[in-house]
Amino acid sequence: MASIWEYANPKKFIETSNRFLPWISGAAALSLVVGLVWGFFLTPDAERFGSTVKIIYLHVPSAMMAISAWFMMLVASLIWIIRRHHVSALAARAAAPVGAVMTVIGLITGAIWGQPMWGTWWAWDPRLTSFLILFLFYLGYMALWAAIEDDDTAADLTSILCLVGSVFALLSRYAVNFWNQGLHQGASLSLDKAENVADVFYFPLLVSIAGFVLLFVALVLLRTQTEIRARRMRALLARERMG
Amino acid sequence: MIALTLRDIRLAMRAGGGFGLGLAFFLIVVVLVPFGVGPRADLLAAIAPGILWLGALLACLLSLDRIFALDWEDGSLDLIATSPLPLETVVSAKALAHWLTTGVPLILAAPVLGLLLNLAPGAYGALIVSLLIGTPALSVIGTFGAALTVGLKRGGLLLSLLVLPLYMPTLIFGADMVRRSAMGIEGTVPMLMLVGITCGAIALLPFASAAVLRVNLR
Repeated sequence: MASIWEYANPKKFIETSNRFLPWISGAAALSLVVGLVWGFFLTPDAERFGSTVKIIYLHVPSAMMAISAWFMMLVASLIWIIRRHHVSALAARAAAPVGAVMTVIGLITGAIWGQPMWGTWWAWDPRLTSFLILFLFYLGYMALWAAIEDDDTAADLTSILCLVGSVFALLSRYAVNFWNQGLHQGASLSLDKAENVADVFYFPLLVSIAGFVLLFVALVLLRTQTEIRARRMRALLARERMG
Repeated sequence: MIALTLRDIRLAMRAGGGFGLGLAFFLIVVVLVPFGVGPRADLLAAIAPGILWLGALLACLLSLDRIFALDWEDGSLDLIATSPLPLETVVSAKALAHWLTTGVPLILAAPVLGLLLNLAPGAYGALIVSLLIGTPALSVIGTFGAALTVGLKRGGLLLSLLVLPLYMPTLIFGADMVRRSAMGIEGTVPMLMLVGITCGAIALLPFASAAVLRVNLR
C-alpha cells in the first residue's frame, strides 16, 4: 500500500490529479446543474418564504464551503509546518482565493435573501458579522502571500498566520454571538431530523452542496497544479539566466 | 529581559522615538468624533465607550511597526536574536516595552477624554479596568503582527490588515464591559472574557511571534 505522502511529490501529484481532474470537474458540473435546476424549477415555494427560498441552493453550499476552505487551509498549513511538503503549502495558497470568493457569494446571496425577508440588506447579526470577519481573515492571508517574495518564507509566515487566525476566528465567532442576538435562523441542516428543512428542499440542497464541494476540489487541484508549474517555470528561467 | 525592556523604553522616550505620538492620535480621534456626529450630549454619551476603546486600539495600532522596524534596519535585531536570550523572551520584552510606552499612557489619558465625550459617571472605573486588562492583549497581538511584517518594505498597511481582525474579540469585550457599566448593568462576564483573552494571548502568542521572527531573520 502506497503511503499518502507519495503524493507530496509534485510530479506524482500532477500525474494523479490529472487523472482524476476531468472526472471531478464533470461530476461537479453535473451535480451543480442537477441540484440548481431541481432546486430552482422543480420545488414548490415555501409557505413563509415564497419563491425567495430558492436562493438557499446557492447560499447554504457557498457558506459551508467558505468555512470548509479555511479548515482545509489550516490542515494544509499544519502539514507544511510539520512535514514541509511544498505541494501542501501551495494547496493552501491555491484554496484561499476560492474560499474568499465563496465567502463573498455567501454574503451577497444572504443580502439578496435578507432584503425581502428581513427588510434589510445587512444586519449586524452574529452569523453575518462572523462571515465578514472570516472574509477579512482571507484578505489578510492572501495579502501576506502576495507581499513576500521568497516562496518558503511566505509559506512559513502564512501558515503560522493561518494557525493563529483560526484561533482568533473561532474566538470572534463566540465574541460576536455574545455581542448581539441575531435574526438569522438556526441550522438548516443537521443529523437531527426534526430541525431539518422539509424533504422536498432537502434533497436538491444535498445535490447542490455536493456540487459545490466537487467544484471546490476541482478548482483547488487545478490551481495547485498551476502554482507548481509556475514555480517550475521560474526555476527554469532562473537556471537559464545563470547560463 | 529587563535590560532589553528598559532599553526599548529609553529609546521610545528619547527624541524621535514617537512616545507621544499614540497619545496625540488618541486625543485627535476623540476630539474629531463630536464634529462628525454632532454635539448632542446624549448621543455622545451613548457612543463614548465604543469611541474610547476604538481610539485606544487605533493609537496602539499606529505604534506597532516601531516595535521591530528600527532594530531591523540598524541590525540590532540580529544581534539580539543571536544573544543567549530565547527569542520568545525577546518578543515578550518587546511587547512589555510597547505596552508600557503606549498602553499605559492611553489608560491614563482615557478618563480625561471620557469627560470630553460625556461618558456616564459610573463607567470610569470600568473604562480604566477594561483598558488595564485589554491593552496588554493589544500589545502582544500587535507584536505578532509586527514580527510577521518586519522584513517588508511598506509593511505598515499590511500590518493593519493582518492585526485588525485579530483585535476584534478584545474590542468587543472591552467596549461591552464599559457600555454595560455605563448603563448600570453588571459587567463581570465581558471582564472575565477579556481576562481570558489577555492571559491566553500573553501565554501563547510569544511562541508564534518568535517562530515568525525566526523565519524572517533566516
